[in-house]
Amino acid sequence: MSEVLVLVEHAEGAVRTITGELLTAARRLGSPAAVVVGVPGTTDSLRADLTALGAEKIYAAESDDVGKYLVTPQVAALAAAAQGASPAAILLPNTVDGKDIGGRLAVRLGSGLIADAVDLDAEGVATQSIFGGSYTVQTKVTTPAPIVLLRQNAISAEPQAGAGEVTALEFSVDPATATTVTAVHVEPAGDRPELAGAQTVVSGGRGVGSAEQFAVVEDLADALGAAVGASRAAVDSGYYPQQFQVGQTGTTVSPQLYVALGISGAIQHRAGMQTSKTIVAVNKDPDAPIFEIADFGVVGDLFDVAPKLSEEVKARKA
Amino acid sequence: MDIAVLVKQVPDTYSERKLRDDGTLDRAAADAVIDEIDSRGVEIALQLTEQHGGEVTVVTMGPDRATETLRKALAMGAHQAVHVVDDGLAGSDALQTSAALAAALKTLTFDLVITGNEASDGKSGTVPAMLAERLGLPSVSSARAVSVDGSTLSAEKIVDGGYAEVTASLPAVLSVSEKIAEPRYPNFKGIMAAKKKPLTTLGIAELGLENTGGAAAPCQVVSSSPKPPREAGQKVTDDGTGGSQLAAFLAAERLI
Ligand SMILES: Cc1cc2nc3c(=O)[nH]c(=O)nc-3n(C[C@H](O)[C@H](O)[C@H](O)COP(=O)(O)OP(=O)(O)OC[C@H]3O[C@@H](n4cnc5c(N)ncnc54)[C@H](O)[C@@H]3O)c2cc1C
Ligand SMILES: Nc1ncnc2c1ncn2[C@@H]1O[C@H](COP(=O)(O)O)[C@@H](O)[C@H]1O
Repeated sequence: MSEVLVLVEHAEGAVRTITGELLTAARRLGSPAAVVVGVPGTTDSLRADLTALGAEKIYAAESDDVGKYLVTPQVAALAAAAQGASPAAILLPNTVDGKDIGGRLAVRLGSGLIADAVDLDAEGVATQSIFGGSYTVQTKVTTPAPIVLLRQNAISAEPQAGAGEVTALEFSVDPATATTVTAVHVEPAGDRPELAGAQTVVSGGRGVGSAEQFAVVEDLADALGAAVGASRAAVDSGYYPQQFQVGQTGTTVSPQLYVALGISGAIQHRAGMQTSKTIVAVNKDPDAPIFEIADFGVVGDLFDVAPKLSEEVKARKA
Repeated sequence: MDIAVLVKQVPDTYSERKLRDDGTLDRAAADAVIDEIDSRGVEIALQLTEQHGGEVTVVTMGPDRATETLRKALAMGAHQAVHVVDDGLAGSDALQTSAALAAALKTLTFDLVITGNEASDGKSGTVPAMLAERLGLPSVSSARAVSVDGSTLSAEKIVDGGYAEVTASLPAVLSVSEKIAEPRYPNFKGIMAAKKKPLTTLGIAELGLENTGGAAAPCQVVSSSPKPPREAGQKVTDDGTGGSQLAAFLAAERLI
């Protein structure tokens, strides 16, 4: 059976959830082969998890250069693995880095690329959900070694232990195309789930009124065990950081439950959340477009409704 | 420093966007506008040349009417424009688009190529990296701030949970996030001047492209179908019990 290469997403010595989803998709097409690109020692710390998730083979592409340069180490490692293995497909997460790595790799290998796939079948046909979920498109790549970028949280991981056989992989980064990382500033993620993969999302819009008042959104999110999101207007007004923006130019979310507080429901916001399973909204304006897609809408002041809901949720849990 | 900015004409996201039966974009269904993200690219390019000197060339690939988008960018202040246009390019996928745009860029001299991080229609977000690879250049994606010192590009790039500071040597490819800059509005003088600025068109033959167009695309659409729109559910007006009613709904749906 042909190998299907999977780029392993990892952080702080742990495999990220999308990796399990990618390995599950890979198993439909062939033999899952995880490619670990990291500083020396990374593969050792991830091996048990990758094996449990389904990796038959694990390529260890380790170098002190990883982390110093943006994406080019991953491109070089995947290209090296692809040259040796003639893979049936190469699967990457549909993240900013995934797109950069996939784009370069597609040119280097002459492979067709499908971005933002929400499903992938055994024949290599990918499903995409476009224009904010208003169309479903099925796409297939005609070149060898198709590259597919899979949207996070679109398929569920079905762990099934593989052989987890480790092979070292040599690669080198071309300094002419390298971009150097000089500093990284990231806030600790805290206890809340990651936005893109969250089962529940509570988002606030311009109606929240200020950065301080976003505490109302956060309280409800914490009561529900949810991730916090924001509209672009809320981000532009400085109420909440950009990385939490939901919508066409922000993160696309597809949770079981989406709660919109003080969000009008502009088409560009809907584009990033309207495939949520259940949508509920609180808005003062009875004509707000968000109500057109809400399964349950409350016309009212979010500062009255959201705290009451938080209390009820906490009471039901207790 | 000379900068090439890629600008794409896209269906206005405020109107309904449609696909034709063959899975290609129905360009007649919605108003066509310059993609907002690309107008931000033009803005930051203008700011950089105002600081460091040099000229801004805007480049697009698209049907005849995409000229409107080039004129818009010229009205903002870009100096000249290149339009890659040929019926044989219709239906190109990202890999083919990047080949055509890379060939067009090779006819120019530039120190920096600026693109949007993601087009609002295709949303592939892979053209910038493909271009960088084809041109053999370093690249930075999703920049929220950028500066140039001599032949070094420094940028703040948005990453999960924050941002990273990165540097690359010029020439390079930079894709911008929507946090980069607010685009300026063209004024009357700019709009008049735009009509006289040089606009070059290039086709498949001039660019020496092979395997162009939808039939030769490495990515083939197998099928496409519209999804039924969502329907509105229950709506209640808060009389003090809105929070409890919402909780009851969520409980009934087994969501809490
Ligand atoms: C190219 C492009 C891309 C875009 N991308 C995105 C994107 O990714 N994400 C995104 O969100 N937007 C995006 N937008 C912007 C979008 O068009 C809207 O401007 C934005 O979504 C509006 O945010 P909002 O609903 O928070 O603000 P508003 O439209 O100002 O709505 C605020 C709402 O809050 C309600 N309200 C006020 N006070 C209260 C209260 N006390 N209680 C209850 N309700 C209250 C009001 O009735 C109103 O409906 C994009 C626009 C463009 C052109
Ligand atoms: N046909 C095109 N003409 C000009 N620029 C383009 C074209 N396609 C993509 N781009 C540029 O590449 C960016 C990313 O596009 P994409 O990878 O298609 O999401 C866009 O924001 C544009 O700056």
